[in-house]
Amino acid sequence: MKKQSTYQIAFVFLLVALFICFFLSISLGSVAIPFSDTFNSFFGGEMTNTSWQYILWNYRIPKALTAILVGSGLALSGLLMQTLFRNPLAGPFVLGISSGASLGAAIFIMGTSVFSGFAMYQFAHHMSMAIAASMGSFGVLLIVMSVAIKVKDTMTLLIIGLMFGSITAAVVSVLSYFTTAEKLKQYIYWSFGSLGNLSGGQLIILAGICCLGILLSIVSIKGLNALLLGENYAKSLGVNLKKLRYFVIIATGLLAGSITAFAGPIAFIGLAVPHLTRQIFDTTDHKILIPAVLVCGAILMLLCDTVAQLPQSANVLPINAITSIIGAPVVIWLLVRRKRMLF
Amino acid sequence: MIIPANHTALSVKDLAIGYKNTPVVSKLNFNVKQGKLMGIVGVNGIGKSTLLRTVAQIQPQLSGSIQIQGKALETLNAKTLAATVSIVLTDTIASKNLTVMEIVALGRQPYTNWIGTLSKTDTQKVAAVIQRLELSDLKYKKCYQLSDGQMQRVMIARALAQDTPLMLLDEPTTHLDLYHKVKILKLLKTIATETNTSILFTSHEIEMVLQICDTMLLLDGKNNTYGQPDQLIKQHAFDHLFPADTLAFDASTGTFRIKN
Repeated sequence: MKKQSTYQIAFVFLLVALFICFFLSISLGSVAIPFSDTFNSFFGGEMTNTSWQYILWNYRIPKALTAILVGSGLALSGLLMQTLFRNPLAGPFVLGISSGASLGAAIFIMGTSVFSGFAMYQFAHHMSMAIAASMGSFGVLLIVMSVAIKVKDTMTLLIIGLMFGSITAAVVSVLSYFTTAEKLKQYIYWSFGSLGNLSGGQLIILAGICCLGILLSIVSIKGLNALLLGENYAKSLGVNLKKLRYFVIIATGLLAGSITAFAGPIAFIGLAVPHLTRQIFDTTDHKILIPAVLVCGAILMLLCDTVAQLPQSANVLPINAITSIIGAPVVIWLLVRRKRMLF
Repeated sequence: MIIPANHTALSVKDLAIGYKNTPVVSKLNFNVKQGKLMGIVGVNGIGKSTLLRTVAQIQPQLSGSIQIQGKALETLNAKTLAATVSIVLTDTIASKNLTVMEIVALGRQPYTNWIGTLSKTDTQKVAAVIQRLELSDLKYKKCYQLSDGQMQRVMIARALAQDTPLMLLDEPTTHLDLYHKVKILKLLKTIATETNTSILFTSHEIEMVLQICDTMLLLDGKNNTYGQPDQLIKQHAFDHLFPADTLAFDASTGTFRIKN
């Protein structure tokens, strides 16, 4: 209320930062493209070097767009989970949603000999991969949610989520043990996370699913705000809790599930970004927090991706490792500095 | 909502409450007039909170009827119910990061649009409530910075901002020192009279409830006596509330004496 204008200023700054990060990400890499050329090409101009043009439009721009979608989507699903479970440590990764997606992916890649029915859909490999991973994440989310109705204590719920993570990891181990080396390698590469494997068509599909998730979140804003008081209070304010829960679960499942399916499991973005955002925007109102985490998530992911590219070198680090290396210290720093984690 | 005073706001008939066909309390009967303060007392675990939760429709009633302004409570839709009954529970609120202003503003949710934007009326109501409950200095304070007494006032402010003819409070004076207990109870009395809100609250401070309430419900699992405090004293309703070898009720002063 009193800070409406400061929020607007912060948004302008963040959008400028996003813009800069986007250009940083597409200019740097194994081949450095001068900023002026990138800028020129992006706004319809010609490039001096045609191979740069090719790298930029066929590789880097789709990858940067994927980074934006992945960062925004994971950050939003983290925020949704933190509010739904009213737990500052909640996130798509902690509550086993990502491990659910991993299980779906593992079954799809390594269990195809067992479930040969899936093999029929090989023609749309990445699509059915996305469906398998989404189904896995939805499955785990529904189980965690049904437990949540019985268990009121959020710490217990968190532990249950971690246990589900262990179970899925165990199932993945068993699958890995019996699978061929080639398929195991395929799965391990998937689990490193990658932003650069998406074709234009897949990018559009991911964008579509993310938009749906964001739309469901926007519709839930009022209920999410009421949920900050607790379930009983939310109910007394006329919130349809059942509907809200379904909306939030479906939104998280769509976002975290599809992102994990296309880009692999990417840790810590979902947990850390909402907390970082709350440092910039001192509010609990989801009307402001939702757009804010979307932008902050995109910025952080672009930065992580730029680091993972190892500018000037031909090597690329696994993105999942980079987000953990950056994300975990952020959470520790927040805990040490604020001495408490609020949401 | 403008409701004439002395009009029966809440009417409870043959109500049985509890969980899944195991009634905690049954045969409850009472009427609360508009703008009156009603206290609910009884020993721990007798069903005071369950009664409030049932009237708030957080949990369903087992049998009997709860009528508000002549309408059965369970027939109201979620939005109408939210504009009819407001609550202050013993639950601590989930997000300690909320500011006082944000909490009070959330009380306007039943009246706001799909995304929860406050209209001019909403902003005015919120400002008026904050003024009335002397929360102006705390407006931008976060929950974790508040004392128990301040927090209780904030939650009452939120319920008041909800602008309902009926307000329910579960043990609003617990964890408070004597001064703040009295302050909260006096505040409830003022709200009831000045805003013509019917207020039901549970409490363990029987002696204070006797002094401040218009009517009282004594939950003892058997008679569940209801009436004005002086009537209840005359009926010797409090004499056997606690084991006679520990506490004795002194009808002349309306207090309990420790037995040696």
